[in-house]
Amino acid sequence: MSSTAQLPDPSGHFGVFGGRFLPEALIAALDELTAAYEKAKDDPEFQAEFTGLLRDYAGRPSIVTEAPRFAEHAGGARIILKREDLNHTGSHKINNVLGQAILTKRMGKTRVIAETGAGQHGVATATACALLGLECVVYMGELDTQRQALNVARMRVLGAEVIPVAIGSRTLKDAINEALRDWVANVDTTHYLLGTAAGAHPFPAMVRDFVRVISVEARQQVLDLTGKLPDAVCACVGGGSNAIGAFHAFIPDEGVRLYGFEAGGDGVETGRHAASITGGSIGVLHGARTYLLQDEYGQTQESHSISAGLDYPAVGPEHAWLHQTGRAIYRPIDDAPAMEAFRLLCRTEGIIPAIESAHALAGAIEVGRELGPDATILVNLSGRGDKDMHTAAKYFDLLDAEAEQS
Amino acid sequence: MTGTGTTTRLTEVLAAARADNRAALVGYLPAGYPSVEGSAAAMRAMVEGGCDIIEVGLPYSDPQMDGPVIQRAVEHALAHGTNTHHVIDNVRAVAETGAATLVMSYWNPIERYGVERFASELAAAGGSGVITPDLIPDEAHEWIAATDRHRLDRIFLVALSSSDERVAYTTRHCGGFVYAASVMGVTGARASVSTLAGDLVARTRATTDLPVCVGLGVSTAAQAAEVAGYADGVIVGSAFVRALLDAPNERAGLDAVRALAGELAEGVRKR
Ligand SMILES: Cc1ncc(COP(=O)(O)O)c(C=O)c1O
Repeated sequence: MSSTAQLPDPSGHFGVFGGRFLPEALIAALDELTAAYEKAKDDPEFQAEFTGLLRDYAGRPSIVTEAPRFAEHAGGARIILKREDLNHTGSHKINNVLGQAILTKRMGKTRVIAETGAGQHGVATATACALLGLECVVYMGELDTQRQALNVARMRVLGAEVIPVAIGSRTLKDAINEALRDWVANVDTTHYLLGTAAGAHPFPAMVRDFVRVISVEARQQVLDLTGKLPDAVCACVGGGSNAIGAFHAFIPDEGVRLYGFEAGGDGVETGRHAASITGGSIGVLHGARTYLLQDEYGQTQESHSISAGLDYPAVGPEHAWLHQTGRAIYRPIDDAPAMEAFRLLCRTEGIIPAIESAHALAGAIEVGRELGPDATILVNLSGRGDKDMHTAAKYFDLLDAEAEQS
Repeated sequence: MTGTGTTTRLTEVLAAARADNRAALVGYLPAGYPSVEGSAAAMRAMVEGGCDIIEVGLPYSDPQMDGPVIQRAVEHALAHGTNTHHVIDNVRAVAETGAATLVMSYWNPIERYGVERFASELAAAGGSGVITPDLIPDEAHEWIAATDRHRLDRIFLVALSSSDERVAYTTRHCGGFVYAASVMGVTGARASVSTLAGDLVARTRATTDLPVCVGLGVSTAAQAAEVAGYADGVIVGSAFVRALLDAPNERAGLDAVRALAGELAEGVRKR
C-alpha cells in the first residue's frame, strides 16, 4: 500500500478512477490550477500563510475528546472524537476553503464560485471570501435553499450572493452543474472552490492535502493519549473530504482499519439512499470516474438522506480506489441509526454533532461491538449540529405545536 | 446510409459542401423532444429545410455544457422515458434521408451502455460519428479503439482557451471534423458570435486538414453567413430547440424548424 501516498498519478488517476471528464474549455483552467497548486505545495510562504490561518483563524489544532459514556453503547471500545466541530464555522470544511482561497489570490483571481448542499461549504466559502476580500457567489439547489434557510441567511450576512438553482433535481448535483457553467463563462477571473474531495484533477488531490491535517494531528494525539495507534478510524462519506482527511495519514499504518460510512437513507435496498460505493456502480460524474448512483442508461439517480451534507449521488475517486483495493471499508448507515447516534452523543457527552457526523458515530457503535472492549476507535466529528436543529426537532417531535407554526 | 469504403457519410457531405464553395449546415436536436417520434420528424424536417448534418442529442441528467433552452427540452425528454435505444432509433430515421447523422452525447451514458455496444449499434443504424463534449482524448483510449473498429468519426472539441499544443493534440485524435467552440460558455443563442472564433479556426487549421465546424451561439442566417466566412460548417442547436419549444403544436414545430433550416441554409451559402 505504500505507493498510495504517491497517488494520484500525474494525470490525476487513482487506478482506474479520477481523471478529467470535463469540457476542453476548462482544461486550461485545470492545468493552471494544477500548476499553481504544485508550486504552492513546495512554497514555504504559502504553507506559512495556510498553517497560520488554520491556527489563528480556524482554531487549529482541533482537540480530541474521549467519549466514555457514549462508548458504553459501542461494545465498551475506547472512543476518541476528533473535534472538527470546534473549528471556526463549525466543520472541517474551513480547512479546504482556506487553502483554496489563498490559492485563488495567488492565481490573481478576484471572484470565487462554490456549490453547497447543506450550506456548510457555502458558509465556509463566504467566510474565507470575506476574510480575504474576494467576491463570492454560491450556487445552491432551490430545494436546499428551502431546507437550509438559516445557512442561506448566514452566507448573505457574510456578503455572498446565493443563487438558487431551479433545474434538474434542484439539489447539490444541480448546483455543481450550474457552478461549472458559470466557471466556463468566467474562468479568467474566477476560481471554482469545490467543497469536497471529488471532481476533476487536481481537485481530489488538492482538497485531500488541505484536509489531511485532520489525520496528521489526530494520529499524534491518539499516540500521546493512548501510547498506540487506534485500531480503527471512522468517518462519514458524502463527497469524501472529511473522510479522506481523517484517513490519509493512517493509510500506511496497515494495522489501522479505515471505515467510511455512507448515507443509507431509508435503506440501500429501498433505492432511497446516498450510498454511492455500497449501492452504486462505476461511472463518470462531475469530472471524474468513480462510484455513483445511476440507472442502466447512465442517468444520474437522485440521492436521499436525512443529512443534506451526505445527500450527493457520487463520491471522490480516492475513496473509490481505497474501496477497490480493500484498504478502506465502506458501509451504509441508514437515517434511523444515524439519528439514534445523534441523540446518544447529545445525551451521553453533551456534544451535539452534525447529522453527517452522526453517521460516523453510528458506524463506530457497530465497529466497537465488532472489535470489542480492547479496541480504540477514532471518530471524526466532522461538524457541529446547530444547523440541524430544525431537522432533529422534527425527527424527534420536539417542537410544541405552536412553535411549529411559526 | 453509411459512407463508401473507409470514409463516412459525414466526410462525403463535408467534401461536397466544400466543392460547392459553401459551409455545411449542422443542426442539433435532442432525441425525445417533444417525443421520440416527434424528434425524428423534426430532424427530418430540418433535413428537408436544408441541414446537411444532424446531431441527435442523447438526453442526459447532468448537461454541464448546455444552457437553459436545451436543458428544458432534455429534462422533458428524460421525464418521458427517452433512453439510448430511442437515440439510436432517431439516428436510423435521420440517416435514411441521406443526411450525415451524428450523436452528441456526454460520456457517462456511452460508458454505461457499453462503449463497444454503443459504437456497433450506432454504426449499424447508419450513424457517422459522435460528438463528446465532456470527453477529451486524454481519457478516450477505449473510445478511440471502439470508434476505429466501427469506422465512426470521433469529434472532440477545441476551445478558445485551448493552447496550441492542446489544439494539435485534440485534432490528431479527431475524425470527420473538428468542433470549434466559439465562446467560453454554454449552449444558447447569443446576440453576436465571438470574433475570437475566427482565430481559433485558424489555429485549428494550422494543425489539421480536417474540416473545422463552429458551434455555440449561432441562431440567425446573418450569423451563419458570418461564420461560414471562415468555417467549413456552422452548428446550430439552441435556435432549433427554441423553435420547437415555442411552437403551439407539433405541426407548427415542424414548420418552424424546417423554415429556420431554410434560412440558415441560405446563410451558409452567402460566405
Ligand atoms: C459536518 C459535515 N460533515 C460531512 C459532510 C460531508 O462532506 P464530505 O464527505 O466532503 O466530508 C458535510 C457536508 O456538508 C458536513 O457539513
